[in-house]
This record gives sequence, structure tokens and C-alpha cells, in this order.
Amino acid sequence: MTATHAATGASRLTLYGQEVSSRLLLGTALYPSPAVMEEAIRASGAEIVTVSLRRESAGGRAGDAFWRIIRSLGLKVLPNTAGCRSVKEAVTTAELARELFDTPWIKLEVVGDDETLQPDVIGLVEAAKILLDDGFEVFPYCTEDLTVATRLVEAGCRVVMPWGAPIGSGQGLMNRHGLRTLRARFPDVTLIVDAGLGAPSHAAEAMELGYDGVLLNTAVAKADDPIAMARGFALAIEGGRLAHEAGLMPPRDFATPSTPVVGTPFWHAAG
Amino acid sequence: MPNDRTMTNATPAATVVGAGICGSWAALLLAEAGLAVTLHERDDPDLKSSTSHWAGGMLAPDCESDGAEPVVVRLGKRSLDLWSSHLPDVPMEGSLIVAHPRDRSELDRFARQTSGHRRVDEDAIASLEPALAGRFRSGLFFPSEGHVEPRAVLPALHEKLRARGGTIRFGSEVDPAVLTGLVVDCRGIAARGDQPDLRGVKGETVLIETPEVTLTRPVRLMHPRWPIYLIPRPGHRYLIGASSIESEDASGVTVRSALDLLTAAYTLHPAFGEARIVELGTALRPAFPDNAPRIEVRGEHIAVNGLYRHGFLLAPALAEIVAGYVTTGARDNEVMRWS
Repeated sequence: MTATHAATGASRLTLYGQEVSSRLLLGTALYPSPAVMEEAIRASGAEIVTVSLRRESAGGRAGDAFWRIIRSLGLKVLPNTAGCRSVKEAVTTAELARELFDTPWIKLEVVGDDETLQPDVIGLVEAAKILLDDGFEVFPYCTEDLTVATRLVEAGCRVVMPWGAPIGSGQGLMNRHGLRTLRARFPDVTLIVDAGLGAPSHAAEAMELGYDGVLLNTAVAKADDPIAMARGFALAIEGGRLAHEAGLMPPRDFATPSTPVVGTPFWHAAG
Repeated sequence: MPNDRTMTNATPAATVVGAGICGSWAALLLAEAGLAVTLHERDDPDLKSSTSHWAGGMLAPDCESDGAEPVVVRLGKRSLDLWSSHLPDVPMEGSLIVAHPRDRSELDRFARQTSGHRRVDEDAIASLEPALAGRFRSGLFFPSEGHVEPRAVLPALHEKLRARGGTIRFGSEVDPAVLTGLVVDCRGIAARGDQPDLRGVKGETVLIETPEVTLTRPVRLMHPRWPIYLIPRPGHRYLIGASSIESEDASGVTVRSALDLLTAAYTLHPAFGEARIVELGTALRPAFPDNAPRIEVRGEHIAVNGLYRHGFLLAPALAEIVAGYVTTGARDNEVMRWS
């Protein structure tokens, strides 16, 4: 953990050697319009946006106009393989993404179940190996399963992105214990909670657990006011990170006055 | 020809380019305002290359307040009046929105973000659409909405235009930039070369046919990604639409989208499982970055574009603004831009 002074804000996030200030990674789907999306991204302060690359858009021309908007934001782009249901499909999509966006970064998603969009963690590890061997810098979207995360790290992933809850569910952190275990086990791996967050408090909680960042989309894009919600998440993430770096007080069973009780003579009498 | 304008001795003329829904309405209202209108269309009267041919034809301004800019709702409501006054047979049966139990939160969000609706329970749904009796416990009903069959109303508008003395030239591809006089450019996505921030948003539809289910109004099924409607068409047909994908590849409907659309119909009513697939359709909706329409005025050259997925909803009101500007100079600063 990097020590910082509150006055200079929280420490920076490093992803495969690249540093950014904002610990929020924002998706670009489901907004009412590209104009609203752009404003929400600006309001969030995010420096990295994820872009979905459907296989049908192959060839580079398709989707050009939308991607021109994305590129014009001047932010780092993290292409993803959302919607891919097999290793081969994910690898092909990743190769396309590298060509289109000229980046080794790939958010790797292999869908294992169409209902819950739960990651196929077995296919994920296999695809991650193939892509890492091919020079990609892989951001795998996984569950909070310790063994899967271990396999991904062993394969060479320096970023691991467990879910908070299923994509788009807005449930928050379903398994705090599992997420805490990952943090404790991989102190040097960049861990990002990806998916399932519904409220800024969920994001703050992830940061307080010591996670390095948060990736989300639906909670902002489908808010009544996506721009205000983007700002809300940004503040929560910064607050949660600062709290983690500052060191959270451990919970106690009884109230302890924060004002010194000098002059209260019988303070222990009730005990 | 009626001419209530007192500008010049001759009847003023207007050239409209593009006979999709936007150009058809613009031409008609300019003709009604007394101009000698010529409407050019590169396609034949079938208009299969026009986005309008593949449209759903929803007239649902209240539903669209979910996510659309307020101007879309305002113009949409005005358009409903214009549709009713010009084509009194347009069905105004409202729209019904239903959700499966696990998408209830989507329905609640939709209810919060829209207006002009009332909650309906199982009985109310059954009385509105008997085919859906017992299938959904709750929904929303938007009573003040309608729908048109694009492939019927486009020829009807063209007929009205001719009756007003307008001329339509099909198979006539013209570049608005080289035309003189008053020109109204309604080419939609085909104008992208002249309007750099215009983009295409892919929409896909499936047309099915079955006598086993009868719906009298558009039914929208809550879906986490797309607004999916089943829109009744004559001859026991239903249009299922539409996907909305940030892609300009209109080369065909993907298997995935077809599965999504057909599954939506099937989950609405299992009898749709035996329906026949009549047609798969795909087209590009023309959209500006805010997904709101725009009227750009450059001297006598007026470009109307960016109707996105609201073509049939917005075209009459936009045409009225164009005709108002041409005849009286009235300006609508929310949609008009000068350059």
C-alpha cells in the first residue's frame, strides 16, 4: 500500500505499468445517448472506459461512428469480450479489439450461463493463458472464487476482476468474505470489483475492503440522472479509498464517546 | 393550387429529398402551406432501402420519455395530433407494458422515468388484451398512444401529397447540395457524408404471422437491454422490434438478435412459438450524439435529420416546424440550428 497524505488525495492506480488517478472504470453501454454518456464519463472523472465489441462488428467499419465518439474522449480504452460464450470466440474478439483500438488491454469475459451471465471460469483461465502468451494484458472478469483467481494469477494476470454480484443486478457485494480472502491472498495483484454494484455505498465498501478499483456501467447508465450518479460513484470511490488508506477503526460492541469524558466521575459505575 | 402566401407572383417551389417518413411529412405540410412541392426519392415506391420501411411505427411519446430528451416527448405529443388530423384512421389504442416477475424492477424503473400511464393488474391486462389473460400480474398502460403501419401510411401520405398538387419522383437520386431554391434534405442516414456527427444505430426486427394470438395494440415487454415491442399489423402479423446496436453494419440480422426478439415474443405468449417467420429486417437509424432531432438551416437549404428510433413519432411535428419557418419565419430554437 502506498502511503499518502489526505491533502494530496488517494494514491494512484497502476494497471500493467500504466498509472491513472481515478479508480473508477466506466462502461459505455445502455446510456440514453452518446451525449449523456460523454457527460457522465466526464462527471465521473474516469480515465478508463470499457467498450463492448460484438463479433458482428468485425471488419472495422461497423460501429465506426460510435467508436469515433469513444476515441474523441481522449481516455484509455479497455475493450471487452462481453457476450462471448466460448474460448475461441473470446480470443477472436480480443484480437479484433487489439487491431481496432491499438491496445494490448483486454477485459476478458467468457459467459458461462445465459441467465445469470456468470463467467465460465474454466474457459476464462484457458482464454487468459492464450491471450497472455500472445502479448495481451488481460483483465479477467471472474467470480470471487479463490482457486480461479489463483489460476489466473499463475497464468500471468496482474489484474483480477471479481464480480460483486451478477452483471446488471445492482446487488452490491454478495460475498464480502470471499472478496476479503482474495485481497488478503493477493496483496500485490491489482484487484477490481467488476459488475453487480447498484449504489455508491457498494463501491465505497469495495474500496474500504482494500480493492484497487471499481468497474461499473448499469448503475450509472440507467440512473434517472446518469451524470449526477456518475459523480456520486466517483465521490464514494474516492471516499472509500481514502478511508482504506487512512486505516479504518475496528468495530466495537459498545459505544465509546468520541469526546473525552474527563470530569464524568462515575463513568465506569454502570459497567 | 391554394396559395395564401404573399411573397412573389409565382407559386413558391420547394424540393424535398427523401421520401421516407420525414420527407413525406415535410413535403405534405409544405404543399398544404401552398408551395409547389417536388419530392425526390432514390428508391422505388416500395422504399425498401429506406429506414422507414423497416420501422415499427410506434407513436408512443409517453413511453419514450424513458431515456429520450424532453424535446422528443414534446414533438411526439404534437405529432399525435397531426397524425389524427391527417389520417383519422390511425389507431390510438394506447400501449401496454408488461414484465415477467424477475424483470419487475425494470418495470418499476420504467414507471418512475415515464409519465402518462396507469398501473394495471392481471384483470385490467386481461380486459385490455384478452390473449394475455393470466400471463402477467402487473403492467403499465399508456392510454394516449397509437401506432401506424409504415408500409400503409407512407403511400397514404404520398397520395395526399399528390392530391395537393405535389409531384413525387421515384428512382431519382439527387444531391441536395447542387439544387437551388428552397431545398429540404430528409435523406436520413444517407446524408451522413454531409453531417459528420450523424451516425447509424442498427435496428433489427422480425415480422411473424399467426392467427392464434390477437393483440389490438403494441405490447412492450420489459427487457434489460432493449425496448422490445410486438406491434400488431394487418393480416394476423406482428412486428417484433427492435434491437439497438451501436453499429453501422446493416448487412443482416444476427442469429443472436433474432433469438432475443423471438424469445421475447415466445415469452409474451407461447402460441407465438407456432407463428411463421415472414421477414427479418434491419436498418440504420440516423442519430446525432444526443439522439435528438435537428433542423439545420443554411440559407434556403434546410436539413432535417437525427430522428433516431422516433421517425414516425417526430416527423409530423418536425414537418410542421419546417413549414412554419418557410411560411412565417417562426423559429423553434430547441431543434433548429443555423449555419
